[in-house]
Amino acid sequence: MSRALLVGTIGVTAALVLATSLVALAQSTTPTIATGHEVFERWCAPCHAAGAFHAGTAGLQVKYRGSTETPVLEKRTDLTPTFVTVTVRHGVNAMPQFRKTEITDAQLQAVADYLSRNNPRLPSRN
Amino acid sequence: MQKLPPGVSAADFQTALGRLRDVVGGDWVLTSDEDIGTYLDAYTPFRGDPSDEYVPSGAVAPTEVSQVQQIVRIANDHRIPLWPVSTGRNLGYGGSAPRLSGTMVLDLKRMNRVLEVNEPRAYALVEPGVSYFDFYRYLRDHKLKLWMDCPDPGWGSLIGNAMDHGVGHTPFRDHFRSICGMEVVLPSGDLLRTGAGALPGGKQWNTFHYGYGPDVSQLFGQANFGIVTKAGFWLLPEPEASRSDQIFVPRHEDIHAFLDIMSSLVADFTIDSSWSLDNPLMTSPDPQVRAAVARSDGEPSAELDQLSRDKGLPYWGTRVYFHGAPAVIDAKWEYAKRRISAIPGATFKTGNYFHFPRDYDRVEEGMDGDTFAKEAVDIPSLSVFTGPGASRGHGHIFFSPIISMSGEELLRARKVLKQAYRDLGMGPYNGLGGWAWFRCNLILLHVLPITGNPEQNARMREIGKQLIKIAAEHGWGEYRTPPVFMDEVMAGYSFNNHASLRFLESIKDTLDPNGVIAPGRSGIWPKRLRERRDA
Repeated sequence: MSRALLVGTIGVTAALVLATSLVALAQSTTPTIATGHEVFERWCAPCHAAGAFHAGTAGLQVKYRGSTETPVLEKRTDLTPTFVTVTVRHGVNAMPQFRKTEITDAQLQAVADYLSRNNPRLPSRN
Repeated sequence: MQKLPPGVSAADFQTALGRLRDVVGGDWVLTSDEDIGTYLDAYTPFRGDPSDEYVPSGAVAPTEVSQVQQIVRIANDHRIPLWPVSTGRNLGYGGSAPRLSGTMVLDLKRMNRVLEVNEPRAYALVEPGVSYFDFYRYLRDHKLKLWMDCPDPGWGSLIGNAMDHGVGHTPFRDHFRSICGMEVVLPSGDLLRTGAGALPGGKQWNTFHYGYGPDVSQLFGQANFGIVTKAGFWLLPEPEASRSDQIFVPRHEDIHAFLDIMSSLVADFTIDSSWSLDNPLMTSPDPQVRAAVARSDGEPSAELDQLSRDKGLPYWGTRVYFHGAPAVIDAKWEYAKRRISAIPGATFKTGNYFHFPRDYDRVEEGMDGDTFAKEAVDIPSLSVFTGPGASRGHGHIFFSPIISMSGEELLRARKVLKQAYRDLGMGPYNGLGGWAWFRCNLILLHVLPITGNPEQNARMREIGKQLIKIAAEHGWGEYRTPPVFMDEVMAGYSFNNHASLRFLESIKDTLDPNGVIAPGRSGIWPKRLRERRDA
């Protein structure tokens, strides 16, 4: 494939290149958790990553003002897979719902497992 | 939850679903309540009022053009209308929900291939499911030195956003005008390629709009005459550098000269980026200024004039971006400053200066309070949801009339709309200033909030319709609107007894006699459903 004229039918999803950090994560955790991280980076991080200009993090900062709960989803220790899947499929407040054509059921389960991986009340998946 | 298409029996609908499953597979004909719920408008103005909610009968999600053709033929056989969406993320303008309940959503998200990128000729050919995030990743992964143009939310589709006349920030910010060549499944199921795409074997489909005869691609934007399954987009070769700079003019009356000069700078391409008209004085958080603004009811006053001088807060300002070789963009900025300096007391502030590709990673740290700093240099994000007017509750719908870029029109529009807000009981006027996206025009973006209270939402819908009517009476039409207002907006474009709509519906009746493609889209109704029109 020449650089000047890239002709092909490369699915965008299939064209995802794993970041170095994800490769490292994949080596140290289960495939499901690694996939969950990938799904998070693709679909959730634009709003829920740490730092300014992330609407989900900003919204949760308001919600948890005065409490010790972190607004950064990846650091949460109380999330359950059910909570994540219901929230993603139904939306909450200004966050819209996500469809199966965007996040498949299998991908949703993976990201739900990823976000609940630090919950001490759940059986370890690592 | 499911609502069936009008005039279609449950048994016939089931038969059609079976045929659709044969085309796309059982997993991709979606009719459960949970699945249908994902296609409702996340920012629905009918929140709390499910009886009036626009609810689809289901969704079908193909991956191939041939499947789209088969789906359209099945829709014709059973009179099941289809509502095509690309990513369905058009929040504030309707999301993925159809205008007519019972319409089946044709979800094109799985058609997500980047079919071609031509770097030297700077274009791409993509399918509807390719989002700005997707395409940005594709360009970076393949080390292509090209910029697409992204709108504020990066999750939208290149094709979907363009089809609804969406806009961005860089020279190709008018997305529909950036399209060169479309492939369209017509309401009959036939397949059309527009412009030079009609020439078998030609390589100029995505570089030469016209081909021979009319370029009919213009007919498919904000319309319901076909389903776009491929589109070519013109791209910008990655500039060597970008700079962002701010301009301020001090006095309220400077708006006339300011907008005249800015129009001229846009028209001659000195300024070839979007920019917003800001009000540094009127929106200042300074308590003394806020109190004075309240006392003057947001109007200019001697007290505010004095505060403006004392605190160095000008009445008007903007931030502009320049992209290109450093010598070129520096010269453009110098020229812009020279032109604006005709306004006494004009001031200028130099902002970020990025060199590409070296500085992409520096953009986020240098945002300097600029919500759209990333989009301005072609990095898609969702930062807009943290910006002014961002929804904190259940979302919003937009009221977004477009006016000519002149001080006279701006002041007239603000006066009329402010009075309308007061008369309609909307509280303080929340016009967010003007946005310059389309050449010498301003879009006055207003947010109508959605709440958890259905009565308030019903009131908001009525207020929105009144605002649209009042604006149209003064010659200001919407550039884009959610389904709940489509009929009202189209009604305002009424020259010669609605000649425009009569023309569009005569096309509709010819191309789509069964009315299967997006009935009611942009107020264009097929003959058999025309009694559904609101206004």
